[in-house]
Amino acid sequence: MAYETSPSIQDVRTSFQRRGGRPTRYERASDPRKAMKRLFGYLMPFRQPLLLIVFFVLLQSLLGLVGPYLLGSAIDKSIGGKDINGLARNAVLMLIAYFLSNSFNLIANRKMAIISQNALKNLRRDLFVHIQWLPMRFFDTNPAGGLMSRLTNDIDAINQAVSQNIISLVAGVITMSGILVSMFVLNHWLALTSLIVIPIMYFFSNFVAKYTRKGFRELQKELGDLNAIAEETISGFKVIKAFRRNDSAIETFKRKNEAVYKAAIYANSYALLLMPLTGVIGSFFVILLASLGGWLALKDLVSIGMIATFINYAQNFTQPLRQISNLYNSIQAALAGAERVFEIIDMDPEIAEEPRLEEAKTNPETAIRVNEDSIIGSSTAPIVFSLGQFQGNVSFKNVVFGYLPGKPVIKNFDVDISAGLTVALVGPTGAGKTTITNLLMRFYEIDEGQILFDGVDIRTIPKEVVRRAIGLVLQDTFLFADSVLENIRFGRLDATDEECIEAAKMAEVDHFIRQLPEGYQTNLSERASNLSQGQRQLLSIARAILADPAILILDEATSSVDTRTEIRIQRALLRLMHGRTSIVIAHRLSTIRDADKIIVIDDGKIVEIGDHQALLAKRGFYHRLYMSQFKGNEI
Amino acid sequence: MNEFGKLLRFARPYRKTALFSFVALVIVVTCDLAVPRLVGHIIDQGIRQRDLHTVLSTSALMLGISALSALAAVLNSVYSIRVGEGIARDLRESIFIKIQNFSYGNVDQFSTAKLMVRLTSDTAAVQRLFQMSLRLGSRAPLSMIGSIALMFVTSKTLALTMMPIFIVGAVVIFFFSTKMEPFFRTVQQRLDRLNTVLQENIAGARLIKAFVRGKYETERFETANDNLAQENVKVMRIMASMSPILTMLINIGIIVVVWLGGLQSIQGDLTLGQIVAFTNYLMATLHPLISMTQLSNNWANGLASSKRIAEVLDAEPEVAELPNASSLPQTIRGEVEFDHVYFHYNGDTALKVLEDICTRAEARKVTAVLGATGSGKSSLVNLIPRFYDARSGKVNIDSNDVRLLRISSILEHIAIVPQETVLFSGTVRDNIRYGKPDASDEEVLAAAVAAHANDFIMDMPEHYETHIEERGANLSGGQKQRIAIARALITKPSILILDDATSAIDVETETKIHAAIAKATMGITLIMVAQRISTVLNADKIIVLDEGRIVAEGTHRELLKKSPIYKEIYDSQLGAGVRHGL
Repeated sequence: MAYETSPSIQDVRTSFQRRGGRPTRYERASDPRKAMKRLFGYLMPFRQPLLLIVFFVLLQSLLGLVGPYLLGSAIDKSIGGKDINGLARNAVLMLIAYFLSNSFNLIANRKMAIISQNALKNLRRDLFVHIQWLPMRFFDTNPAGGLMSRLTNDIDAINQAVSQNIISLVAGVITMSGILVSMFVLNHWLALTSLIVIPIMYFFSNFVAKYTRKGFRELQKELGDLNAIAEETISGFKVIKAFRRNDSAIETFKRKNEAVYKAAIYANSYALLLMPLTGVIGSFFVILLASLGGWLALKDLVSIGMIATFINYAQNFTQPLRQISNLYNSIQAALAGAERVFEIIDMDPEIAEEPRLEEAKTNPETAIRVNEDSIIGSSTAPIVFSLGQFQGNVSFKNVVFGYLPGKPVIKNFDVDISAGLTVALVGPTGAGKTTITNLLMRFYEIDEGQILFDGVDIRTIPKEVVRRAIGLVLQDTFLFADSVLENIRFGRLDATDEECIEAAKMAEVDHFIRQLPEGYQTNLSERASNLSQGQRQLLSIARAILADPAILILDEATSSVDTRTEIRIQRALLRLMHGRTSIVIAHRLSTIRDADKIIVIDDGKIVEIGDHQALLAKRGFYHRLYMSQFKGNEI
Repeated sequence: MNEFGKLLRFARPYRKTALFSFVALVIVVTCDLAVPRLVGHIIDQGIRQRDLHTVLSTSALMLGISALSALAAVLNSVYSIRVGEGIARDLRESIFIKIQNFSYGNVDQFSTAKLMVRLTSDTAAVQRLFQMSLRLGSRAPLSMIGSIALMFVTSKTLALTMMPIFIVGAVVIFFFSTKMEPFFRTVQQRLDRLNTVLQENIAGARLIKAFVRGKYETERFETANDNLAQENVKVMRIMASMSPILTMLINIGIIVVVWLGGLQSIQGDLTLGQIVAFTNYLMATLHPLISMTQLSNNWANGLASSKRIAEVLDAEPEVAELPNASSLPQTIRGEVEFDHVYFHYNGDTALKVLEDICTRAEARKVTAVLGATGSGKSSLVNLIPRFYDARSGKVNIDSNDVRLLRISSILEHIAIVPQETVLFSGTVRDNIRYGKPDASDEEVLAAAVAAHANDFIMDMPEHYETHIEERGANLSGGQKQRIAIARALITKPSILILDDATSAIDVETETKIHAAIAKATMGITLIMVAQRISTVLNADKIIVLDEGRIVAEGTHRELLKKSPIYKEIYDSQLGAGVRHGL
């Protein structure tokens, strides 16, 4: 089976993770330190400018220390000694020191802004690229809405924290150590007092952090619940209204809202405790210095200027701590967000190809173009396939597949489809029609048997090549928030405007597009709500016409398409299907009737195969299915 | 600002709490400012006079003051949290209730995603705005005022020289705050674009994989990503400049104090302790000033969010009840009549959705509405329970004009299965019972059987207790529709509206469901909207809509004879096939 992970896919994965360390699997346990480490990993590509910044910050901090020293000296020596020249000299030196310190700070801050934003950009890109590689199973099991709101929130949380200037934190820590050193140089008696303060601060902040973290985790959970309720109620608004259940919806919401309120008060109260606490510790420090210093001064052990310097230092000393407590909430939220982002980045990407297909996989675009005319690899060279190579013969050989292990939904599916034929898949809801097309596209890998393209097992062909050979027109058409033209061009990126318009004409949608306010340049708003279902369907057909695939999969959508558009769609589809192998999940009678082969599926098994006439004559499952449509309708 | 004023009314219940928070803050600031003065006292009265007692007693006083300050700071935090979180809670509740009172038209206008943003990030932004303003925002001006006052008390002349510095500081902050607003807006726009691409890649994953467009999509994303980063860098560079600039200002102040104060001190006009206190006052104003710059971000976001929230709260429900609205009687016959009805959606007056509709759905009969997408079928049936109101003309139920009726009294008699199936989290049973919360298990079973849902429900792992995943992910489209039908049937309505409710169900199952519904709903008015002609063949009356007008009505046989449009639909969908097959 193709399930084992080959070494090369590991390489692909680690390249996504950049410097994030070992690829780890999804973990529930939250480990803020690990998330932090990985976030810092994103700063590593900017090592050199970072070093420069650290150097600047160092200069800034040291010069910042000179200020208070000069202040003390000015008070003691110049003012105390009534030395006007000395005072002037000191004032000028202070001005220079402060100016340089702030300039370095300014430069470092601005440089850091660039670096942090670029690091964030890389994180977002890694996340996005990885999402691209996730298997279809992931998207089928994670509802788009929930996933989306989670991701945007998480990215936003990281952004918030980073924007709040992490550099001032770094500067703060450097300043703290610098102050400590200077204190000891200046007067070790006074400096010793700071050694009393540090453990107290450490103890309190640890204590507060513990409860805050707990509180925020609880809050996050409650908020998640509330949002889930809101999302469900708002998207189900019309039903709630129709069944007059608004009051009970409001009740539920109110209850959860109250829970969020309580959790928020709890979490924030602890978080905000840190600020006053560090404040009081700071004051305590100043008082300690003043009283001890005063006492020492009385004994002539220290000068008054020295006390002024120390008090100035003391105020700067607790500043970084205040900042941390200020940013504490957003840092916590950011780490929680980062953890979830990394969780996705660490998920296993699509099932591995065989190693020798890796090269083709990493760059299918060029692989295909380079080998447009010849190919089929030797035993050593990577096997590369060209699009033109496929004639469109498709065979299923005893295919077995289940979404869950031990629960097959496709059972011994065995059929040959010759190139250029149209095959209709017919059967009751849930028979496995869509699953068959999923397997053909290699969205899921089969458990047993083989699927062959022109006699080649599709597992030996790079997924990208398989998919490029197939055109897909889905029941649920999907259009992008882009111009009409670009939406068609999605089918083949190198198509010219003329080719796109030609495809639109073939799909009979050209006339309609020209009626739009800006014709082909009209921007389709999100999910293209300004188009009717039928028009959207026609656009997706134009897309497939442009793609010009050897094999076509149509999940026919008739449900919400009007009659006239349907006739158009019908004609467009006929044009599209001409000369291609077409596999149609058929709802329309005309498609079924005109299909070269009808495969009747029930419960994952083929129950009948044949053309319309033959199957009707058989008076079996198909006959029953077909006749039931017109039951009670004698004309 | 105006929108924010509207939001201030949500702060009204918390006036007292906010006041407490403010008073606590005044205490904090007073205490913080007292400390430098006391330090000056220690130096001048204690150390210089060699009076150990003064040193120690003043220190004790300082300790007491800082303890008081801490207590007040905790109170300030707690009260400001209560205000912020309380307002957030009230806002969420008001928005949610407002949404629940919306009409369909309002929700169409806003979209689910937008309403979710109002409810989540917008309220959070407003909450931050209030909370931060009560803490950091009020603190900076307070400590500045306090510092300036104390400076004047300490030395008038020296204090006067500080004025230009404070004025420059205020101008810098004001300039930055106002200048940042458009930048924040651009950042928001870029972020929206990035999210759109991300959204498309998640929702359209199947298509992107099928067309092997990963690379192309990555390029699209990277463009959006680069644009966002660029704009963010701009904003952050400006923000990053604020703190050094303000620090430099204060530093200049300190140098001025040392120089001028030094000169005065040498002349004996000022004591050393006073100079030290003065520099401390300056330092004390620095940090609140810097934290205030961080507020500008909060303000810009908070105001933008207030504006968006106000949009929702100020929206009027499109369909309003008259104050003296009447109710339908306990039992009704269930006749629905349209009398010269015209309709168009809000904001799109040019597109006439329904024009001069005059028709009737007879009581206890089956009426089908057939037509193309956009022909107005759904709009037509949505007028019956007043999901929307007709622009002119009348919709009558048993000769009662619906606009004179209470909406809830209409809905008591009507059940609707909408086009888009929505199921809620909970078990299958919960979902069926949604239509009638007090329904017995027997009623649930009967409804499920009638909707042809019992069979597949019994095939599910826990039958009726099976949990339905988010958005019904573990059910097929047809299964979801059948549960939705059961949910409607259980209410035993007098009028049942099926708005293309069987579209995702294969024809065979659909036929069975229709037979079952016909049996279960014997004697009620059934109105069904359909695209598939096979769905409507047996109706007592078929109304054919085309571009908002009724083009034909009658039974299948009648229409086949007299209506060319009907014939066209019939031929395209079935006609040839039937001839072919039989």
